[in-house]
Amino acid sequence: MTTTSLDAIASPSLPEGGSLRWMLANIATIAWRNLMAILRIPELLFFSTLQPIMFVLLFRYVFAGAISRPGLDYVAFLMPGIFVQTVCFGAVSTAIGLADDLQKGLIERFRALPMSRTAVLAGRTVADVCRNVFVIVVMTIVALAVGFRPTGGALNYFLAFLLMLLFAFALSWGFAFVGLAAPSAETAQVMAFPLLFPLTFASSCFVPVQTLPSWLRGFATYQPVSQVADAVRQLMVGNNKLFPYPFAHEWVAALIWTVGILVVLAPLAVRKFRNAI
Amino acid sequence: MTDAFAVDVDNVSKVFPKGNVTALDHVSFRVRPGMVFGLLGPNGAGKTTLVRILSTVLRPDSGTAKVFGLDVTKHDDEVRRMIGLAGQYATVDENLTGSENLKMVGRLSRLSRVDARTRSGELLEMFGLSDAGSRPVKTYSGGMRRRLDLAASLVARPPMLFLDEPTTGLDPQSRKDLWRVIEELVSAGATILLTTQYLEEADRFCESLVVVDHGRIIAEGTPADLKATLGETVVAISFADASSALKAAERLSDLSEHPLFVDGEEIELTVDQGPKITAEALRRLDAAGIEVGGIVLREPSLDDVFLALTGKRTDANDGTEPPAPTKKRGK
Repeated sequence: MTTTSLDAIASPSLPEGGSLRWMLANIATIAWRNLMAILRIPELLFFSTLQPIMFVLLFRYVFAGAISRPGLDYVAFLMPGIFVQTVCFGAVSTAIGLADDLQKGLIERFRALPMSRTAVLAGRTVADVCRNVFVIVVMTIVALAVGFRPTGGALNYFLAFLLMLLFAFALSWGFAFVGLAAPSAETAQVMAFPLLFPLTFASSCFVPVQTLPSWLRGFATYQPVSQVADAVRQLMVGNNKLFPYPFAHEWVAALIWTVGILVVLAPLAVRKFRNAI
Repeated sequence: MTDAFAVDVDNVSKVFPKGNVTALDHVSFRVRPGMVFGLLGPNGAGKTTLVRILSTVLRPDSGTAKVFGLDVTKHDDEVRRMIGLAGQYATVDENLTGSENLKMVGRLSRLSRVDARTRSGELLEMFGLSDAGSRPVKTYSGGMRRRLDLAASLVARPPMLFLDEPTTGLDPQSRKDLWRVIEELVSAGATILLTTQYLEEADRFCESLVVVDHGRIIAEGTPADLKATLGETVVAISFADASSALKAAERLSDLSEHPLFVDGEEIELTVDQGPKITAEALRRLDAAGIEVGGIVLREPSLDDVFLALTGKRTDANDGTEPPAPTKKRGK
């Protein structure tokens, strides 16, 4: 350590500036920090991308024969479902990451800084959107390799991509809440899965909902993950015959769910954050 | 900032509903600007809770806490602009480099990108971390992390610093390094609230201090005041059995003006002239035919302060075992 003079004290004359501008700057800083963590642990990114690829291969080559029915091109049916399932599972990392930050005391440091309260959470969910972009691109390549042909066209594919990102962003806020409620990162993970499993598996992600028992069919048809999966499927492969539910445009329902989840859960998560500890 | 006090804690209480733990019980004290103020106490005494309340991380259940005259619950945003917090748990991002950590804190403290970078470089140099600045923090030693954590608390040049057990769990060399930094901060005129389990540390830096135990202030004053309640040396003598210890205590009780404690087979007396009194004690015990098992002379520890103040040992650990460094959640 050198003996450089320590000008520790100065008048607290921090720049004022618009608070919205600083909130956005804070979100960018926290998002950057979370993305650096992803880049610095390449193993985590590698294996977290490997898992959805395994799902693709599992359903494509192991279950497809048993699930396939006449008139159903299972690869076309499956891929949009797997995409949606993947971004849903990815939202768990929001919960794990926040719980980890809490546990390690980093959140405490953030709380003692003159930064936006919302930015701690928004920086995390924005970083998770960036991660999802990467994951969906990788999965698209894998899907094309195993015979998936998006017949809906490039624009529709792009719209499906955006819808998934937005839905994942909304879900992240819900899982941010879980992460803040969990006593540890490990607990956050086990708390998240009982929420995710019914949503992703009792859905139209992997099987047409008509094949489900009647008591489950209602839930499976109208719950958000199914609606998003249906919308993504419609945009990507444009085959309306597979979808039983009465909305003319699946994406309208999907969008309503997405915005609804965001509007309800984001403020709840921020409130939880303000009150936590 | 018309208030004359840097920190003004008035009747603050805090109960943690989980486990119904009273962390703070009507605590009041004041810190003048430019002063190093000590908060001394064993683990679980409430020191960290107090620091967290003052740094706006936690709300008190009752009472008021002000920093430079600003209420920490009503003007939390303004308070955050004037404080730096360094904890015993080095809260830096493992995955970022030292330099990135400081730049992040700079940006979050509303420094421009250029200022954040400049400040980061300055602080790395100041804390002897220039070479390590471009390495991820996960490769750092405990002492380096602690220095980085302290550096992070100085990024925005806050006039008020909360240092929560900055040296707990550090090796002697790292502790001395940190002490040097604290001394520099003191001479630069910062107001510092320092919590510690070590009497030596409090003695070295603090003009004034309070001793907390079970969320209450049990003593306050200067380190000299505190030490005056003790002797300079603790003489601990052990015997074959408890009855010998009691017999010895009877014969030695007039040796010191400070109280003598019997703890099983051991007695402890705090004295001002260690060697001379020890020799006298041994003469008396020999004359009385009481066999001495062992004898130890040491400087009074925080534990001895507690013993003198409360008549009992601290019921937390002995103050030398640091808690696990990373696992932490609001307790």
